[in-house]
Amino acid sequence: MFIIILMAVKVSYLQPSVCQWTAEPLEYHRSFLRENCRPDGRELSEFRTTTLNIGSISTADGSALVKVGNTTVICGIKAELTNPTVEAPGKGYIVPNVDLPPLCSSRFRPGPPGEQAQAASQFIADVIESSEVIQTEDLCIDRGKLCWVLYCDLMCLDYDGNVLDACMIALLAALKNTQLPEVTISTETSTPVVNLEKRHELHIHKHPVGASFCVFDDSILIVDPTAEEESLSTAELTVVTDEKDRLCAVHKPGGTSLSGEKLQECISRATARQREIQKLINKVIHSVKTAQ
Amino acid sequence: MEACGSSSVSLREFGCEQSLLSRPDGSASFTQGDTSVLAAVYGPAEVKVSKEIYDRATLEVLIQPKVGLPGVRERSQEQCVRETCEASLLLTLHPRSSLTLILQVIHDAGSLLSCCLNAACMALMDAGLPMSCLFCGVTCAIDTDGQIITDPTAAQEKESRALMTFAVDSKDRKVLMSLTKGSFSVHELQQCIAVSQKASEKIFQFYRDSVRRRYSKTL
Repeated sequence: MFIIILMAVKVSYLQPSVCQWTAEPLEYHRSFLRENCRPDGRELSEFRTTTLNIGSISTADGSALVKVGNTTVICGIKAELTNPTVEAPGKGYIVPNVDLPPLCSSRFRPGPPGEQAQAASQFIADVIESSEVIQTEDLCIDRGKLCWVLYCDLMCLDYDGNVLDACMIALLAALKNTQLPEVTISTETSTPVVNLEKRHELHIHKHPVGASFCVFDDSILIVDPTAEEESLSTAELTVVTDEKDRLCAVHKPGGTSLSGEKLQECISRATARQREIQKLINKVIHSVKTAQ
Repeated sequence: MEACGSSSVSLREFGCEQSLLSRPDGSASFTQGDTSVLAAVYGPAEVKVSKEIYDRATLEVLIQPKVGLPGVRERSQEQCVRETCEASLLLTLHPRSSLTLILQVIHDAGSLLSCCLNAACMALMDAGLPMSCLFCGVTCAIDTDGQIITDPTAAQEKESRALMTFAVDSKDRKVLMSLTKGSFSVHELQQCIAVSQKASEKIFQFYRDSVRRRYSKTL
């Protein structure tokens, strides 16, 4: 009996109370980090469970729904025919757009997109360009006359941190799921004829996957931060790698400085994450194909 | 004006002028070659209730392009500049107040973001705001032969395979901010960081010289 009471005291000492969580959130998190774990039971370098659903929107040309813990992002791709730009007559283009609606978190207000949503859109556009996930030449149908434009709309349904990683996975999975109809240009009327029956997949050249990190108290590095951890951290970092271990983006929008060793740690964790996610995407696509 | 093109790291010519505007609390213009940015700081001043933070000052950064309205790219650069400044400024000394930093692009001839960072740092210094360290921006481009070019011009940026901008702090020469474009290997990244850290020495020396020159005139 005596032993049980002692144990109970020890447990309550180890687990900071809910009271502290509301009153001193930073101290609450620190007490967990001192023990090399996090309030949700994860280790410092552990990602949350990632689930992927492909082809969730039947009316889109390609779509995917990703959940990283509670964070949910849905991506829909709409392909439209358009004229290529004058500067690049042999290329199509991709227009990504990240939307963080008031639905997903109380921190976002209705109205025009805020700074975070715009910065996320720019980041996704930069990654698409840097990684060459799709060769934009593949989207050209008739040089200087007709090409595809892919509108990639990414919407966050539940914001619990690390929205960039979730967006990257959703975009990659949706692009792999995209089926473009065959387009021929009729010789008589010289107008495009779309054959909706005959569809082909997009050729994905690279598989860029991101891994996000947070720096706590200028020194402790944690992966896949939740919304609360993001707001308490002193710096954020996102590393994007492809399957050939080349870096496509090292995005650190300010915050406290990071040493070279810590950066190396982030990069090796990001390459491991790339393998995991590519395997996951391939598995889901395979299971969708066998089900058909 | 000071020429700065010797040894291994070559940077274009720098130029800096502080407190050239009368209305702002601090202002500076910074030029790197033909790239030029004008920065102005207002504050600490009264803050809007909706933007008030109870334990520190609210920093707002606005980047005005040379022509047209600021777009998504400017927003993303604003975020980078703001978070870099937040890391070096001691904002907790001015709780419930607002700081505004305006960066007007005069001319973009390559390495714009690093020029913005340098102008921002000089303007914050001129405003006399308490800071824990200084910072500077360095842009590196990797060309098709794998050569690293520091402080590239617009033409060099266009031809490059990868482009990276870093903000380096003056205390431990560590990376405060990083923004990259194009794909590159881990080794190339480390090389670029090392080159930027070396280049930052020159920029900090320039900061020191130009501030010394300014105060030796006024005293």
